[in-house]
Amino acid sequence: MNEMSKVEPAPLRLEAPPSTSLWSHARHVVSENPVTGLAFGLFALILFAAVFGPLAVPYDPLASNTSAALKPPSTAHWFGTDQLGRDIFSRVVAATRLDFSIAVASVALVFLLGGLAGVAAGFFGGWVDTVVGRVADTIMAFPLFVLAMGIVAALGNSVTNIVLATAIINFPLYARIARAEANVRREAGFVQAARLSGNSEWRLLLTQIVPNIMPIMAVQMSLTMGYAILNAAGLSFIGLGVRPPTPEWGIMVAEGASFIVSGEWWIAFFPGLALMTAVFCFNLLGDGVRDLVDPQRRN
Amino acid sequence: MTAQPLLDVRNLTVEFATRRGTVRAVKAIDISVGKGETVAIVGESGSGKSVTSYAVVRILDRAGRIAEGTVSFSGVDLVAASEAQMRDLRGREISMIFQNPRAALNPIRKVGRQIEDVLVQHVQATRATARAKAIEALEKVRIARPQERYDAYPFELSGGMCQRVVIALALACQPQLLIADEPTTGLDVTTQKAVMDLMVELTRERGMSTILITHDLGLAAAYCDRVVVMEKGSVVETAAAAEIFRNPQHPYTRRLMQATPRVGMQLRDLLPDAPAGAMAAPLNEVPNPDQAGAPLLLVENLVKEYPRPQAGSLLAKLTGRTEPEKPAFRAVDGIGFTVRRGETLGLVGESGCGKSTTSMMLNRLLDPTSGRIVFDGHDIGAIPAKQFALAPLRRRIQMVFQDPTDSLNPRFTAERAILDPILRLGSLKGRDALRARCEELATLVGLPVELLDRFPHQLSGGQKARVGIARAIALEPDLVILDEPTAALDVSVQAVVLNLLEELKQRLRMSYIFVSHDLNVVRLLCDRVIVMRAGRIIEEGTAEAVLGAPQADYTRELLSAIPHPPL
Repeated sequence: MNEMSKVEPAPLRLEAPPSTSLWSHARHVVSENPVTGLAFGLFALILFAAVFGPLAVPYDPLASNTSAALKPPSTAHWFGTDQLGRDIFSRVVAATRLDFSIAVASVALVFLLGGLAGVAAGFFGGWVDTVVGRVADTIMAFPLFVLAMGIVAALGNSVTNIVLATAIINFPLYARIARAEANVRREAGFVQAARLSGNSEWRLLLTQIVPNIMPIMAVQMSLTMGYAILNAAGLSFIGLGVRPPTPEWGIMVAEGASFIVSGEWWIAFFPGLALMTAVFCFNLLGDGVRDLVDPQRRN
Repeated sequence: MTAQPLLDVRNLTVEFATRRGTVRAVKAIDISVGKGETVAIVGESGSGKSVTSYAVVRILDRAGRIAEGTVSFSGVDLVAASEAQMRDLRGREISMIFQNPRAALNPIRKVGRQIEDVLVQHVQATRATARAKAIEALEKVRIARPQERYDAYPFELSGGMCQRVVIALALACQPQLLIADEPTTGLDVTTQKAVMDLMVELTRERGMSTILITHDLGLAAAYCDRVVVMEKGSVVETAAAAEIFRNPQHPYTRRLMQATPRVGMQLRDLLPDAPAGAMAAPLNEVPNPDQAGAPLLLVENLVKEYPRPQAGSLLAKLTGRTEPEKPAFRAVDGIGFTVRRGETLGLVGESGCGKSTTSMMLNRLLDPTSGRIVFDGHDIGAIPAKQFALAPLRRRIQMVFQDPTDSLNPRFTAERAILDPILRLGSLKGRDALRARCEELATLVGLPVELLDRFPHQLSGGQKARVGIARAIALEPDLVILDEPTAALDVSVQAVVLNLLEELKQRLRMSYIFVSHDLNVVRLLCDRVIVMRAGRIIEEGTAEAVLGAPQADYTRELLSAIPHPPL
């Protein structure tokens, strides 16, 4: 605050700094850091593939054609074909919807569960804090991917369980960030002022604390998305999770892996590239979202 | 002043690159500091006083640059100097002291070691001799038991002690120029006096030059030879300290002086349009507090205890040994007072005296350990703080917070903030009625209605203070607790806000409890004053009696520590 006061020509009485709209701020952030623009562009592409992909692809992602099996990339098959003659480009694009949905669903779930538990722990303290803290510690005590494997193996191979497992292993991260952020705001002046205005403790939590930690959580969600996609693909790769012949990046890499030694690299390469691009995009997006919501960068 | 000044700033212009183009923070200013001279740069926030000093030692942040002008320091051109040359000069020839002493010290290094680091860095000592020299430096700034303090960490020292260590650091290498940027803001008035006396004495002793950057005209005039007044990046007046109070030339200096509360002036005198002393008399005679009848608030034997951490209690439990229990720390130690209707009671004391704890208990955000708080016949101290938010009496006790920025939810518009108490506790319904009430309140506190849709970061400090006041009076409470409501504001804004508070009190017939450390402000606003120290009431009486003819030694000490300009 001090930093600001010495730079800004602070007006004496009734002038105020002009406001900045979110849109012009977004333009400024992108122009300052083109990589953020790239990330937003990639995100739009992923979104498009997830929504319209299965309708727009040139071949049926499930239709096999043994006469065209194991063909390298060509103008007819941009990414080549696999051992059953399925078009890899169509399968990679069609898989976006499934992988993206798993990531979005698991991040939304963990945001609700972990975020709310963490905020309550940080705001109320006491036994709530102890319980949430111990649950998070217990989860952290396991190697996270092994824990996810265990959950899916125990509950059964289904998309719902992959979502659940991915959400559970991310729980400590969300709970701890939300706890720390709620804790520093618990005694803030505006929270005390709201107490004086007759707000109940729960209302304070929902109207004063939660809206103020949303920006930080938004950054976290964006960063976790990439990890969630990787986790879902990883589970499918080792055979837990989505089953063939459903197009999914992890399975496709797993299926293609055995063909790399015999020279058919494209079967594993293109789904792997798609996976890498998606994770890369979400990580960069996290930085962009942080720049976008950071009030320090508004002036 | 000698013919060749030590520091000569000519035509200095500093620009900052921002989103909306370049902003000129400092516009073509000239300042010179002679050898052994103490110069104050005075101005309100945004006047460019700090930026000027940062430009001199070239520690502007990345967006800022020196656009024009020269800075010569004993013949060396500082604008053209290389970064390596500057690094050598900083600390050895030019030292700086910053506002928050605790932030300026490394929290995990012993203070003695930190002084050693500076000495060794600038080849004033070797590792072998550094310890003795560091202790000597601590001795010079009059830290008691320097041998022991050498091993102290910053968190173990008080704010005043930390600032002394910072001064010891700054003076360790015998620099020729000391730049002190608000060195005592945030310190108690008695500590401020001790630190300033020490700083001025040490620099005079060594023939050093000093630049004191401050918003406090009184402090500047009391301790400096010359005063430079800055406004919006320009120097508007330069004069000898004694001269500037007696005969201010520039209208801005006059306005600034007028807005600074002093002995023997009235609240209205602070405002620029009132002739000094003219409107004083009627204002203070009209609102005589209701002398008869039951008091609005009665506090009896109020105590707040905090348990002390029991050292080694786990070990004691394991070995079965029991240590004698340490007595709990008493933040508030059995105080009692009354507030009548229409009265303003000042609660005065230095940090740690328990005044904030008291105000938190009175507005029922904190539960007292024992004692009674009787508000209009109801024992509100008996209602737990957690339940009081929903109690019917909640609407009758409200508060204005110290920091207007911190006390507004960054995601609420001004309108939403002002309406919050009405939505929760009021009976008003319907969007139009609420909007109308909000506009009425905004008009009452002098906030332009078109600003109601703005968020806190789009408002200036004074506007945020008005939003906070509007929120506090939205339910027309009987008692408003004002917790240093102007401490974070510039003096000219403070003048307006204080007058506004007084006017609102009369119009809405409220009582105030005014918590403050600034005795000059208390004198202006309060009918009665309570002086607190270490959780107890030291002195109580009418404002004139306590501040005019204090009985307790401590009150006298507080009063004499206020910097008095040479008049």
